Amino acid sequence: MTEIIDKNYAGEGIYRENILDHYMHPQNFGRLEKFDFQFREFNPLCGDEETVQIKVENNIIKDIKFFGKGCAISMAASSMLFSEVKNKTLDDAEKITKENVFELLSVPISPVRVKCACLPLEALRRVINQYRGEKINISDKKIC
Amino acid sequence: MEILAKQINIENVRKDFPILTRLVHNRPLIYLDSCATSQKPSVVVNSIKSFYENNNANIHRGIHKLAEEATLMYEEAHQKVADFINADFEEIIFTKNTTESLNLLAYSLLNNLKENDEILVSQMEHHSNIVPWQQLAKIKKLKLNFINIDKEGKLDLQHLKKLLNKKTKIVSVTHISNILGTINPVKEIAKIVHENSSLLIVDCAQSVPHIKINVKILDMDFLVFSGHKMCGPTGIGVLYGKKHLLENMAPFLYGGDMIREVTFKDTNFNNLPWKFEAGTPQIAEGIALGTAVDYLNHLGMENIENYEKELTNYLYKKLSEQKDIKIYGPKNRASLISFNLGNIHPHDVAAILDSEGIAIRAGHMCAMPLVREVLKEPALCRVSLYFYNTKEEIDKFILALDKVRRTFKQ
Repeated sequence: MTEIIDKNYAGEGIYRENILDHYMHPQNFGRLEKFDFQFREFNPLCGDEETVQIKVENNIIKDIKFFGKGCAISMAASSMLFSEVKNKTLDDAEKITKENVFELLSVPISPVRVKCACLPLEALRRVINQYRGEKINISDKKIC
Repeated sequence: MEILAKQINIENVRKDFPILTRLVHNRPLIYLDSCATSQKPSVVVNSIKSFYENNNANIHRGIHKLAEEATLMYEEAHQKVADFINADFEEIIFTKNTTESLNLLAYSLLNNLKENDEILVSQMEHHSNIVPWQQLAKIKKLKLNFINIDKEGKLDLQHLKKLLNKKTKIVSVTHISNILGTINPVKEIAKIVHENSSLLIVDCAQSVPHIKINVKILDMDFLVFSGHKMCGPTGIGVLYGKKHLLENMAPFLYGGDMIREVTFKDTNFNNLPWKFEAGTPQIAEGIALGTAVDYLNHLGMENIENYEKELTNYLYKKLSEQKDIKIYGPKNRASLISFNLGNIHPHDVAAILDSEGIAIRAGHMCAMPLVREVLKEPALCRVSLYFYNTKEEIDKFILALDKVRRTFKQ
C-alpha cells in the first residue's frame, strides 16, 4: 500500500534547537512565592500535568510561573507562551489562540501533538477565568 | 494462509496481514503496539465482507433462508470461541469488548451484594477493571480494596490472603498486566479465592490472544476478553461464566432477543447465552471473531506462545543491554515491555520512533493508578509484540532509539 503523504509532517524535525532549548531550560519554570490563582491542567492522553500560577495587578499579569511534567512540545509551549503573556493585560492574554501558540513554536504540529501544544494555553485560560471568578463551563472552554 | 503447523513460518504469516506491507513516513511499518489492538489477517477482513455480501440478515427471527444462515453462522462463532477456551456453548456471551463484559458483571453481580460487602482488585488493573467497581461501590456503599504488587511487579499473594475475609464477595484481577507484562498465577489465585467462597473474575484481554487458555484447568468463575486484540474486528468482546452462576444472575441489558415471553405485566428471560445478549448483536463482528479463532487455531496457540517467547527474550536482552533504559516489571513476562529512556518524555520517544515508521505506545496505557501511584512515573513507553513481528524489526527498533538519543543529545 502506498502512503498518503502529509506535506506538513516534519518527523524529528519538530525538535528544533529552539524547542529543545526551551524544553531543557524552560523560562518561568518554578513556583511563585505569592500568587493570586493557580490552576492544574492534566492531559490524560500522555500523562502530562502542569500547574500555572499568576499574579495580577491592575488587570495585568505581573508574574506567571508553571511547574509539572511534560513532553518537549508542551514544555516548550509553556515556556514560550508564559513569557509572551507576562506584563500583558488579561484581555490581551485571553485573545491568544492555539494558532498563536503554533506560531510561537514555529514547528509543524501534527494532530496527535495538538493537545501537547495547547496544554499551557488551556491552563492559562482556566486560571484567568478563575481570577475573574467566572463560572467555568469546561466543555465550552476546551480549545481542542 | 500458512500451512506449516509445527512452528510459525514468519514469511507466510506476514503475507496474511496486508497492512504489514504499508509504508509509514516512507518507511516500512514496524507495528509494536499489538497490546492496544492487533492487526487483522485477510481471512478475518474477508469474512466480514463475505457475510454482508452473501448472508446478511438479522438473527434469531425470521424463517427465511438468509436469517437461518446468519443465525447458524453467529451461533457457530459462539461454539468456536467456547471450544477455544474449553468452555460450553451456553457459557459464552458476546459483548462489545472487555470493558462491556466487566460492566455486565459489575452491574449484574452487585445486585446481590449488600452494604459493606467487599470487592478486591489489584494495583495492576486496567481502568476497565477499576472504574466500574469503584463507581458502583460508591452507589451501593461497598468497599473496594486493592491487592498490592511487589517490587518486581508481581501480585502479592500474601496480601491477597490477608485482604480476603467473610465480606469479600468478588475478586477481579488481570491475567497479564498490560503494563508490567506480569503473568499472574490464575490457578493458584482461584484456589485461594474459592477457599474463601468468593467469586473470581479474570481479565484475559492480554492473555487469550497469546497463550492457550483452558477455563476448566484455571477454574476462574468468569473470564473476559476482546476480539480485536486477537486478530478479530473491533466491537466484539467475550464474557465467559460458569453456567450455574450465569443462570442465577440478573440480565444486564433488557430488550429484544434476551426474552422468552413478554406480557404487559412481566417478562420471562431467554436461555443462556442469549439472556445476556439484548438487541441485535454485532453479527458480522461475531462471525469474524469465529474466523479469527480458526486462524489462531490454524497457527496453533502453542506455536504462537513459543515464537513470542523467543521474540520477547530477544527484545528483553536487547533492551536491558541499554544502560539508559529502565524496564518495568518482572523478567519472566508476556510479550510486552514498558520502559523509559533516560529522562526523555515517552511522548517524544514515540514521536521520533514514529518518524522511523515504528509504532509504539506512550502514556499511562489505561492504568493511571499503577503508573502514577505505584511506579511513580508520569508516563511510560511500551513495546508489545505479536506472532507477526520479527527479530529484524526489534533490531530496527533498538537502532532507532539512537535517533531519539541524538535528537535529545543524550
